[in-house]
Amino acid sequence: MNGFLGTLFAHGLLTSATVQTALIVGCFVAFITGVVGVFTVIRGQSFAGHALADLGAVGGSGAFLIGISQLWGFVGAGIIAAVLMELVGVKRLQGRDVATGIVFGSGLGLTALFLYWDTTIANTSNAAISVLFGSLFVIDTSLVPTVVILSVVALLLIVAIYRWLLLDAVNQDMATVRGVPVRLTGIVFLIALALAVELSSLTIGAILSTALLIGPAAISLRLTKRIGIAVIASGFIGVAATAVGIVISYDSYYWFGTHQNWPVSFCIVALIFISYVLTGAAIAIRDRITRESPVPHSVLSRKAA
Amino acid sequence: MSTHTTDVSDAVLTVRDVGVWLSGREILSHVDFSVRPGEFVGLIGSNGAGKTTLLRLILGLLRPTSGRVTIAGIRGRRRAGVIGYLPQKVGLDADVPLRARDVVALGLDGQRLGIPIRSNQQGEAVEEILAAVGGLGFADKRIGQLSGGQQQRILLAHALISSPRLLLLDEPLANLDPASTHDIVTLLGDVCAQRGVAIVLTAHDMNPLLPVMDRIVYLAGGKAAVGTTDEVARTEVLTQLYGRPIQVIRAEGRVLVVAGDTPDSATPAAGPLLSAQSSHDHPLHGQDRA
Repeated sequence: MNGFLGTLFAHGLLTSATVQTALIVGCFVAFITGVVGVFTVIRGQSFAGHALADLGAVGGSGAFLIGISQLWGFVGAGIIAAVLMELVGVKRLQGRDVATGIVFGSGLGLTALFLYWDTTIANTSNAAISVLFGSLFVIDTSLVPTVVILSVVALLLIVAIYRWLLLDAVNQDMATVRGVPVRLTGIVFLIALALAVELSSLTIGAILSTALLIGPAAISLRLTKRIGIAVIASGFIGVAATAVGIVISYDSYYWFGTHQNWPVSFCIVALIFISYVLTGAAIAIRDRITRESPVPHSVLSRKAA
Repeated sequence: MSTHTTDVSDAVLTVRDVGVWLSGREILSHVDFSVRPGEFVGLIGSNGAGKTTLLRLILGLLRPTSGRVTIAGIRGRRRAGVIGYLPQKVGLDADVPLRARDVVALGLDGQRLGIPIRSNQQGEAVEEILAAVGGLGFADKRIGQLSGGQQQRILLAHALISSPRLLLLDEPLANLDPASTHDIVTLLGDVCAQRGVAIVLTAHDMNPLLPVMDRIVYLAGGKAAVGTTDEVARTEVLTQLYGRPIQVIRAEGRVLVVAGDTPDSATPAAGPLLSAQSSHDHPLHGQDRA
């Protein structure tokens, strides 16, 4: 048993300050991202999630140039993007290939330029890796309280408008007639979404953040028909993937004698993907046994009409 | 179901000489009627006749260009609680884990902030209303998995649980097979009669609704003819409304409205479809004015 635990918690895992910081930051961010993810899927707004990740990367990469923390770069750009998207109208943008291509393209273009300057002018050669693939293991410990507070803020926003989000998803006109301020609901949700996506961009990178957003939600929606349970389960699936991902990434240093860590963001996203596939397989087997009609699983392909 | 007095002061809904222009086009002109408590009124017309626009006006989702809409004496936005609204269908996929009973419960407190913590009493209210609409059998299914008729029952429970005075339904029969259509119409008729709630619904076909409707608002080309079915579904009335020859044929208790160049070739064969009501002015004009 000792041997097994020794293998699992490799040399210094539990005492490493880096790992502790990564676990705290990673788990808080994963939980809120999982919670927001359920509503993102229900509202058919994974498009907005992608957009916020791409546009947030502009801020994340620009932060090195003006000497502010990468966290504030991501979050600042994300919030600005969310407000702009609300002004333009997310629903209107969604169906427009040209607008999508131009906005996303120019966002990534700016990111590319900023990352180039980060390397050539600001001499931060790790900027590209950090922006695109996250910085969970190199996060500045002084940022931990800020990350925790921003996660809690995003969570409180979702808790506050929980019923508005559900009614709005059932039918927007119905929600309006009931007295739900649907416009405000949309804005508050976009801000919570921006916070979740940008915090995930900080931990596992702008490219992979939407995997943490949509993956746990997609898994939990397959597992339960209770919305409250789905929301909490999604948060904890994100937390589990992150915690296990951190351990695997840390341990992998000692594997195969390579003395190289597997990227932690890869480990997390891979775990989410494997869980998603296994959940689908488990449900298929259960349905075959109980001869029930299978639960449709078009979650990932869903877009608002 | 209701007595037709000419007094408008107790009307739960008053649409007074309403006109609507949308993007330079006149959608509705001089629409004028009122609905009394417990009355069942059908907004009948083909696609593009202005039914949806009229419904959105009443819901407060759209403002009239001219005229005014009053709900239970209240103008403007503060209509929540007075109106119950049933959309044609819910916008959720079958994979969204929101049970039918969750949707009904949101009728109690969906406009509130925070996570719902519901009392036993509220739970019983949900059960009661689910039983009343015949929805207990599928209360634990995901709302997106239900058939059109089942969704209408759940949406009806969602609307009724807050005891509205006016129910507005957007094409509730549009996606239903004949059997479900009959069931839903019967249910709506019962709700209207037993709970004293006024019902206004849109439909392109008046026939399934004939047994329960007190009056119809027939829309064509943005204008409305208002009255009982017998008053409105007449060749000369609809010919004037459409501004072209229209033939109304009655056969076996059903009403057919067809374009026709030979009016008067078919006279009403069937007897009155509804019990006689007190006399109104010509249906094309505001017979509801006090």
